[in-house]
Amino acid sequence: MTIKIMGKLSRLILCASALSLTVAVGVAAVRSASAAEIPGVPANTEPVDWNSWTAGNNVSDLASLQRGARNFMNYCEGCHSLKYERYQRMATDLKIPDSVLAANLVAPGSTNLDYIGTPMPSEDAAAWFGKVPPDLSDMARYKGTNYIYRYLRTFYADPSSPTGSNNLADPNVAMPNVLSDLEGVKEAVFRTVKGPDGTTQQVFDHFATDSAGNMTPEQFDGFVRDTVNFLDYVGEPAQIERQRLGIWVVLFLLVLTGFAWLLKREYWKDVH
Amino acid sequence: MPDISDHKYDQQRGAATAQSGLWAWINKRFPAESFIRSQALEYYAPKNFNFWYFFGFIAVVVLVIQLLTGIFLTMFYKVGEATAFDSVQYIMREVDFGWLIRYMHSTGASAFFAVIYLHMYRGLLYGSYKAPRELLWLFGMIIYLALMAEAFMGYVLPWGNMSYWACQVIINIFGTIPVIGGGLVLWIRGDYGVADATLNRFFALHVVAIPLVLLLLVVLHLVALRHSGSNNPDGIEIKAHRDANGKPLDGIPFHPYYSVKDLVGICAFLTIFAGIIFFVPTFGGLFLEDANFTPADPVSTPPDITPSWYFTPYYAILRAIPNQRIGALMLLLAVLAFFFLPWLDRSPVKSVRYRGWIFKLFLAVFTVSFLGLMYMGMQPPTPTAYVISRVFMVGYFGFFVLMPWYSLIDPVKPVPDRVTFHHDH
Amino acid sequence: MSEVGVMAAPPAADEVDQTRRKFLTFATAGLAAVGAVATVVPFVESWNPSERARALGAPVEVDLSKMEEGQLITSTWRRQVIYIVRRPQNLVDALSKNNPELKDPDSKESTQPDYARNEMRSRTAEFLVMIGYCTHLGCLPKAFFDPGDPVLGPTWPGGFRCPCHGSRYDMAGRVFDGAPAPYNLVVPPYSYRTPTTLVVGLDNASSASSGSPA
Repeated sequence: MTIKIMGKLSRLILCASALSLTVAVGVAAVRSASAAEIPGVPANTEPVDWNSWTAGNNVSDLASLQRGARNFMNYCEGCHSLKYERYQRMATDLKIPDSVLAANLVAPGSTNLDYIGTPMPSEDAAAWFGKVPPDLSDMARYKGTNYIYRYLRTFYADPSSPTGSNNLADPNVAMPNVLSDLEGVKEAVFRTVKGPDGTTQQVFDHFATDSAGNMTPEQFDGFVRDTVNFLDYVGEPAQIERQRLGIWVVLFLLVLTGFAWLLKREYWKDVH
Repeated sequence: MPDISDHKYDQQRGAATAQSGLWAWINKRFPAESFIRSQALEYYAPKNFNFWYFFGFIAVVVLVIQLLTGIFLTMFYKVGEATAFDSVQYIMREVDFGWLIRYMHSTGASAFFAVIYLHMYRGLLYGSYKAPRELLWLFGMIIYLALMAEAFMGYVLPWGNMSYWACQVIINIFGTIPVIGGGLVLWIRGDYGVADATLNRFFALHVVAIPLVLLLLVVLHLVALRHSGSNNPDGIEIKAHRDANGKPLDGIPFHPYYSVKDLVGICAFLTIFAGIIFFVPTFGGLFLEDANFTPADPVSTPPDITPSWYFTPYYAILRAIPNQRIGALMLLLAVLAFFFLPWLDRSPVKSVRYRGWIFKLFLAVFTVSFLGLMYMGMQPPTPTAYVISRVFMVGYFGFFVLMPWYSLIDPVKPVPDRVTFHHDH
Repeated sequence: MSEVGVMAAPPAADEVDQTRRKFLTFATAGLAAVGAVATVVPFVESWNPSERARALGAPVEVDLSKMEEGQLITSTWRRQVIYIVRRPQNLVDALSKNNPELKDPDSKESTQPDYARNEMRSRTAEFLVMIGYCTHLGCLPKAFFDPGDPVLGPTWPGGFRCPCHGSRYDMAGRVFDGAPAPYNLVVPPYSYRTPTTLVVGLDNASSASSGSPA
């Protein structure tokens, strides 16, 4: 009897782990795919939990990627390179016509076969900002899309900083708030909180808008999401093809496993 | 008693067929046919192999996958501090299907360890390390050590930030060895810090030296297995009961029965393998860590510096002990403990099926402890984490240290003569 | 029907469904073979010129405005040396006189785009564009453009001579008899973006397209 229980037990453990693995992957997939609400709306009494904001981007949304590419070239490429991505590769993957690529996206002095560079000289940047603006090719894989989304959405005015602004996701960041003409200027309101040992701490509560920018909050949110989506693509250009191929490969292997199992069962009829 | 070799299928291939033409020419000069006979057609394996017996063959398949994908990666990878990281980007972005080859290799490394751990666990369950298979077990343990070295060095090659700092930390563990530690570290690194020299030699070892050693060890492992014959879930030696022709009553020819059964195992494994490669290749940062997507930076340590999941049980032990030297020693002992199993286990019974509740209890505690240590090794270093790790450490070492005692007092059950086999397997 | 430890009688021979076994064996083997071939594809494809090689192999622009008559300049395209010659018109007119001494006067065996399959082996008479490797074993022929050159003799009409094994070519890159080289010099795809801007590697350069690889 012990034998049967052990056999069943190991089978049970295996099924349970396979099931929980599937569920975990499924939940992760659903969570990353679900569209988040537009955060940043003035809070009531609870502090705004900016740490839970998600990018919710979809890398197969070509229109969003194209907008993101435009956003990047117009607002980011002035300081940040994408030194592992070529203009031509981006155009092919995002289905951008050659003429649009050449006219709007390729930096002057580059051809569409070049890697996406930046005109910012690194020595000057180090002198002006204190550090060289990092290359962003792998930023989505290194810090994650959620981080980049939160980073771009939590700039606030800070007169005490050399750039005039600060950031919740990366405190005392060297990068100025380059999107302030789009988003407007906002302040961060902190509240004082007493710790258990009696010390006080400043905890972020909510943002308060100082002046409006050229975009509405919804437009700006869309702008940031598109840009994050584009950086997600640049982090791994092969990901769409990877998933497309993957469906066929896994389906084929499931069929092959099925046949192998039938074959095994047939031969094992001999064994008693 | 009729036995399986009476079966018509076997009879068709039982007698040596007359050889003709090219096959005959080859066989006069090379033992091809006799090798195939002895290893496949007339090699009798126990008929009661269960799920746990897939992993040896799957391990060989993973080894082949790693060799193949590794060779192709070497065609595009450029070793060197200044070029390594860029060359991996080149592979991922610009080489046709480079991304696929890279993901196969990185997933294969983790798959190797998952398979090997399951393979080793089978040994614990069924006493596969006991006489006369002690040498088989030892060869396997040396393969495990070689594999750990191979994985560590392979991880350094992309020269990401985690590569650099993992290399720094692990080499520094060798620095805790008394007297020779400092010189040893300098000698391993080839420089005053982890540098180009370190990367280059790790490349040579990872691509050439250790794969050759692994291949040799796997051959030795298989020869030892062939010599003693496989163990089985009942822990019974099937050679003890033979039929009139000298074939084990509880054995079946490896081909076609286990070739066909292993095929199912391989296909199922490849399905899971492909699922990971194509849909979750980083596996949430477990197989390809986030911190490695930025180049090595000698002045900036990643915030959470943990080794890959397959090393974390030992890393948890290392961290949990406040003394650096003793921590490193305990790490070493944790790995070496497995080597002593054949002599620590003094039970007359091999398989867990016939062991008493005491052994099962210790095994269960060990299993939970090992998995617990693996989990704790991934957590940030907090005092609570250390306390929990120490508890699991006791469970881990207790399994080995107390085994000479509890394996003797364990109330074992009578072991049957013949294997238990259910036809619907 | 599972008795522990007792071997039941094996099925009689005809109970073994050999047809089913054969079918399953072939079906599984067939699928596995398809899978094996599919697995080989990415490895084989990885040897293709990578994106970087394709980018580096992109068409090359050459400025011809400063070339003098009778001058040879070289460029590189796809790691090949490209010869560009600005030919004097009289030498082009004299090309047909070489035909009896040429191995392949009409370029039937040689490699060139359709627009270069003519006597002058080029789009225009003025410029000759060729890949500079001798079709024997790949050395770079040297220019001997002066007719009656002292080294090559009074009947030399002008052309190239390879220093390695002596193969000689005329002013259209066509190989002379008596040379080890079998074919005329290869002409790559090329076109003119403007009358003085040559684009090697592109058949149809125009101001609209911006140089995607051929």
